[in-house]
Amino acid sequence: MPAWLSHFTTTYLMWNEGPMIWASDVLILLTSLGIVVALTRLHRWKWLWREWLTTVDHKKIGIMYLIAALLMLFRGGVDALLLRTQLAVPGNHFLSAEHYDQIFTTHGTIMILFMAMPFIFALFNIVVPLQIGARDVAFPYLNAISFWLFFFGAMLFNISFVFGGSPDAGWVSYPPLSELGFDFGPGENYYLLAVQISGIGSIATGINFLATIFKMRAPGMKLMRMPLFTWSVVAASVVIIFAFPALAIALALLTLDRVVGTHFFTILHGGDPMMFVNLFWVWGHPEVYIVILPAFGIYSEVVATFARKRVFGYSSMVLSLMLISVISYFVWAHHFFTMGAGAGVNTFFAVASMLVAIPTGVKVFNWLFTMFRGRIRLTLPMLWTIAFVPCFAIGGATGVMLAAAPADYQYHNSYFLIAHFHQVLIGGVVFGMLAGMYYWWPKMFGFMLDVRLGKIAFWLFNIGFYVCFMPQYALGFMGMQRRMYTYPTDMGWGTLNFISTVGAYIMGLGFLFIVIQVLYSIKHGERDKTGDPWDARTLEWSLPSPAPHYNFAVIPTVTERDMWWELKERQETDLLKLKPEMIKPIHMPKNSGRPFLLGLSFFVAGFGLVFGWIPIAVIGLIGILLCLLFRAFEYGDEHTVPIDEIRETEAALGRL
Amino acid sequence: MREKIKKRRIRLGLLGASAITLLLSGCGPQYMVLDPVGPVGKEELHLILLSVILTAIVIIPVLGLLVFIVWRYRDKPGNRAPYLPKWSESRVLEVVWWGIPIVIVGILGYFTGKTTFALVRPPENNIPPITVDVTSLDWKWLFQYPGQKIATVNYAVIPTGVPINFVLTSDAPMNSFWVPQLGGQEYTMPGMAMRLWLQANQAGTFYGHGANFTGRGFAHMNFNVIAKPADQFYGWVRSVKATSSPLTYAVYDQLKKPSVIGTTQYSSIPPNLFNGTVWADGGRYMPGMLPAQSMSTMKQSSSH
Repeated sequence: MPAWLSHFTTTYLMWNEGPMIWASDVLILLTSLGIVVALTRLHRWKWLWREWLTTVDHKKIGIMYLIAALLMLFRGGVDALLLRTQLAVPGNHFLSAEHYDQIFTTHGTIMILFMAMPFIFALFNIVVPLQIGARDVAFPYLNAISFWLFFFGAMLFNISFVFGGSPDAGWVSYPPLSELGFDFGPGENYYLLAVQISGIGSIATGINFLATIFKMRAPGMKLMRMPLFTWSVVAASVVIIFAFPALAIALALLTLDRVVGTHFFTILHGGDPMMFVNLFWVWGHPEVYIVILPAFGIYSEVVATFARKRVFGYSSMVLSLMLISVISYFVWAHHFFTMGAGAGVNTFFAVASMLVAIPTGVKVFNWLFTMFRGRIRLTLPMLWTIAFVPCFAIGGATGVMLAAAPADYQYHNSYFLIAHFHQVLIGGVVFGMLAGMYYWWPKMFGFMLDVRLGKIAFWLFNIGFYVCFMPQYALGFMGMQRRMYTYPTDMGWGTLNFISTVGAYIMGLGFLFIVIQVLYSIKHGERDKTGDPWDARTLEWSLPSPAPHYNFAVIPTVTERDMWWELKERQETDLLKLKPEMIKPIHMPKNSGRPFLLGLSFFVAGFGLVFGWIPIAVIGLIGILLCLLFRAFEYGDEHTVPIDEIRETEAALGRL
Repeated sequence: MREKIKKRRIRLGLLGASAITLLLSGCGPQYMVLDPVGPVGKEELHLILLSVILTAIVIIPVLGLLVFIVWRYRDKPGNRAPYLPKWSESRVLEVVWWGIPIVIVGILGYFTGKTTFALVRPPENNIPPITVDVTSLDWKWLFQYPGQKIATVNYAVIPTGVPINFVLTSDAPMNSFWVPQLGGQEYTMPGMAMRLWLQANQAGTFYGHGANFTGRGFAHMNFNVIAKPADQFYGWVRSVKATSSPLTYAVYDQLKKPSVIGTTQYSSIPPNLFNGTVWADGGRYMPGMLPAQSMSTMKQSSSH
């Protein structure tokens, strides 16, 4: 092999690192080939481009987010299993320290930024316009840009594993560990640029949905008539708009430190690493509320629907959502009680953190009392919601324990902390997203998911969860720190770690059953002909499943909360029934390939910057500029759907 | 101080004797956080137990209610439990569950604040403390005793019953200094000298480990803190002085290089090595971080 080639395969393809890299290379190659061959043989290239890559339809963008989130859940889950396998027994040599460090870094980053975020955005997109009686989001073109920035950010992050090496400084990536002095590989650059690119998309999504909800509600839908999921999106969007810029700044400054040689965070030249820690958590803590608030919204919808009862304490629910989003800005320092802040500062942030428990506790009681004197149907979305309550209650309690600053001196960075945040993020966010996925699945795809397989998945995942994470609380009390790639035999940590690993595998099996359930149901799932398979309460269920691309042929007028349910109760659903003369032409945004190309350009620019390959970066940046320029001079970006087409569509759906 | 702890202990004992026994029964000394040997760790354990009890006041009813409600109001033909689909407001109930958490957070917040302020002071005022300067390196711990003029690597010996003033810095990525049985941790950060008061009231060997990730060798950054009665402690100091080699700048520069090593000790330390390290790593940009009298000598030692 010529020297330059062996240099290339060693430095960039890392073929000297062994079978894990080779297997990934082969898998990626086979998957890509499979996709290309399938698309070619089924003549689907044009379909892919026209229907998906260029779409600005919020429902399709939502579905793409959902697919991406599930894929990333798989990737992050495989990471988790690798970590747990390494920790199953003391003194294990399954992974080296370098690999372990890379894998826990990618596990954290992927689960938070490339799994939880797209999952909530999937449901934002699919549900919000339908719930508020709108035809799309406020800025459909921007919405597509958000998706493609997320998508290419995720791609950029994921290729690091097989090209150049993954980041290994933890998902928090504190300097000085993440500065050039200690970490000169391209991995950290991948992290910075990939998260930055997808973060820009997230900010745009926050703005987009806030504008959508404030400006595009159907006539009569006052704020206090909005479904609680929509309210939770308001709360989350506000937090996104205020929190994400802090992350963008932190990442940008650290990127400058690494790529250009500035010293924002290098203390040796008068910089301040604490500034990064602060900026990171000024975003990082609100971030966990960004992902949990929509889950709260989902639970509210699911509980009301399947208890066949109005949500208990609606105003309290709204108030607590908004309170959480405000308090979320005053708790960030509880991530570093042990970094030398004074007693006054620590007390302030400790009490502020505990305050979060108040509105959260209120919500739990309100959900319980929504079920109280209701009629509870144990469907899949409801099962996940019920399982959420004890899981989140315990996770919340350990959260309050962590908030007591002096107690935190003993928990910080221990497995107690690990158990806590997995419990609230899995028991809160993942359970919520799965509940939401099951709940709105028929609305997205027009068929139901198989219940039997879903229940197997549910029980495996839940039992696995407790088996995996309860021992970790105990390990924290036993003094085990996070991010250790191995531990000695004589600490007595072996048994509990082994149990925890078994639990992780049971959870993995649960995920597998969800995949099987989806694949099975695509063929055998019951078709939803009614549009309202759950006998639900809000406007989206008044539409056929899936909804036509313009959503509402005629925008309904809203007169009360739970509009659809009330109409059904009074047997007045005819009020929403279409009459041919009511139909008018509809203006809809045109599809565009530019958001996709813009995302691609960001990817190219990011990739160039990761390795300091300036020509490639410049090509990417020119691409970005061209996309922006062409958009600036685009005048006719809307088209009109003629009356005849709407009548035909609606007649085919049996609604005329 | 002791009186207060005693009072609180009685109160806690009354409140949650059962919870405590539940927690501690079957917990051997392996559960280090639950088995503190000094006043700091004990104070933190009290707060932990208080928080367990207070949160249990909410959690247990929630779990009970959930089971009851899901069972009682399940959708089953013939279920005669009341069904009130429009009942969705109750001022009284809402006041109850806004109120109870507020009271609980109030109580826990008060004790949290109190403990937080207590822990920045030495646990004993009548006994002169001993200072140990701690430097986290890649991937080892250096302990310097400015009073005794000796140093150790990856272990520290302390006298029992004496408050120890650990002064913490890092000459590597930031780490965190944690000895669970003595008490909670504090970060070691380059360019900063942060303080952590700990004390052991019984002799023994206590496990310590870095708690903040610092790269490849991080998993091997364990050390022991060995507590001995004062006379044995000073005997140990004398034997280190008599039998070990000195820590020089040259030795320190070797020590600083990334590696995983065992334990060792040094018979003397260069003056100002610790403060010089803090100064050179960025302390010079942080006025007030170092004692004033040592500032003037800093420039010389850091120019080394």
